[in-house]
Amino acid sequence: MSPGQPSLPQGLSLLRRARGDTALALCWVSAAIVIVPLALIVWHLLARGLPAFDATFFTHMPKPVGEPGGGMANAIVGTLIVVGIGALIAVPVGVGAGVWLAEYGKGQFAAIVRYTADVLAGVPSIVVGVAAYGLVVVPMQRFSAIAGGVALAILMLPTIVRATEEVVLLVPRSYREAALALGAPRWRAIQEVVIPAAAAGIVTAVVLAIARAAGETAPLLFTALNNRFWSTALDQPMASLPVFIYDYARAPYEDWNRQAWTGALTLLIVVTLLSGILRLTIRRAPGGR
Amino acid sequence: MDTFPVIRTALPERPQPADAEAKTSGPPAEPRIAVRELDLWYGSTQALKSVTVDVPDRSVTAIIGPSGCGKSTLLRCFNRMNDTIAGVRVKGEVWVSGQDIYAGSTDVVELRRRVGMVFQRPNPFPKSIFENVVYGLRLLGVRDRSELESRVEHALRRAALWEEARDRLGHSALQLSGGQQQRLCIARALAVEPEVLLMDEPASALDPSATARIEELVLALKASYTIVVVTHNMQQAARVSDRTAFMLNGKLIERGETREMFTRPKEKLTEDYITGRFG
Repeated sequence: MSPGQPSLPQGLSLLRRARGDTALALCWVSAAIVIVPLALIVWHLLARGLPAFDATFFTHMPKPVGEPGGGMANAIVGTLIVVGIGALIAVPVGVGAGVWLAEYGKGQFAAIVRYTADVLAGVPSIVVGVAAYGLVVVPMQRFSAIAGGVALAILMLPTIVRATEEVVLLVPRSYREAALALGAPRWRAIQEVVIPAAAAGIVTAVVLAIARAAGETAPLLFTALNNRFWSTALDQPMASLPVFIYDYARAPYEDWNRQAWTGALTLLIVVTLLSGILRLTIRRAPGGR
Repeated sequence: MDTFPVIRTALPERPQPADAEAKTSGPPAEPRIAVRELDLWYGSTQALKSVTVDVPDRSVTAIIGPSGCGKSTLLRCFNRMNDTIAGVRVKGEVWVSGQDIYAGSTDVVELRRRVGMVFQRPNPFPKSIFENVVYGLRLLGVRDRSELESRVEHALRRAALWEEARDRLGHSALQLSGGQQQRLCIARALAVEPEVLLMDEPASALDPSATARIEELVLALKASYTIVVVTHNMQQAARVSDRTAFMLNGKLIERGETREMFTRPKEKLTEDYITGRFG
């Protein structure tokens, strides 16, 4: 046994190293797999969408069936408006609720709010669309941009609420104490120190929520519907990129199919630009690093 | 010292210190802080047991003792920072400048303006150096730009940070070194001209040279402020303080002149602690 002793640890270490290398390789492969879907999507969108990606697409209205050409100007503006309405509702409510949960959220009511937000996050978007239909479309007696905005707001809300709560809780206690020790009332400490310190995280949450909502199709089918004409009236049906993509991709016209790809590429670019701009503004903000 | 009272009166909402003359003429009539039979519980755990201690005006008082003895808890009673912790109960009296601060009529916000605090870890806000220093002034409603600027310079000079920071007041405070950040926190506390400065192990997160600068600062500041320092470092207590209070298990074991206590402690427990037999 004694002469074999030096070889035993060596054998062990070889085995261990092999296992370590295997685990590392598996992790590396998993990480690479994460990139694959997005890379494929981007590649596909570029390949199929770029041919029709020109000025006409952004500046022109859809042409009637059978006529070639035309663009999706109304759908691009429509998406911006509907998502804008949604954000206008969901961001103040969501951030407010999230801050409240983090700072004051004890007791039963807070538990109910948290649970509701979590359940809401799991509700399929088409169900949210039906709910907005009942809440807004039926009383207004027509499909409208507002109804679409409400549907998207409901979808954005849980993400914003829970993520805001998380990032506000991450603000070091020492910031709060520093403000309080200088004689700040609690609400001012929250407003002037805690929220700015959490701003980058809150913006990330908002961007994520908006980006998700911007791509939603199902909830818009019952609410904003669609519109082949130029319209910025909030109480009228409104075009949006996802619904247009949905319609055009199903259509039996090659020209429309091509435009659906270009629409998808545009949607991706709009969302990326939006999050880029929001992140830039927060980095420029005082106190940002 | 000569410009000091002028600046004090320039602050809005600040009551003219009525006892200013009494202080300069007669002997110090009463301590700046007086604690009488103070008990404090965190839930069902008693952290302070019938503590009675005085903190004389314009001096440095050190509170020493092993971890968990209640020294930080006692310090945080002086500006009622313990209020922010759930489940804290207090019995007894704490008088600051002749006011019973645990009385129902006390305005905690106003108290904390008079009793500044510096924490264990430097905790500047993630804002510019300038905005850090003026935060307390903004709370008081000071808006005038030139006044804010002169107060920033004044506070930074007092905290011995002016020369290092004057050219980068607009930069983020987080770019400063740890020692500079702590001096910034001191400047931030001094900007509102408090009567008392509480320091909770202000140098424990700093390297030796930064620690030395903080200690020099404490010695310089005691001419104008009443300073209470919590420290687990006995050499530090001996270097900076005029008086020392020794705590153990929530009780105040001994208090007195620092020189006296470190050379001829009256209590056996104090002697054991100071000579390093425990803690």
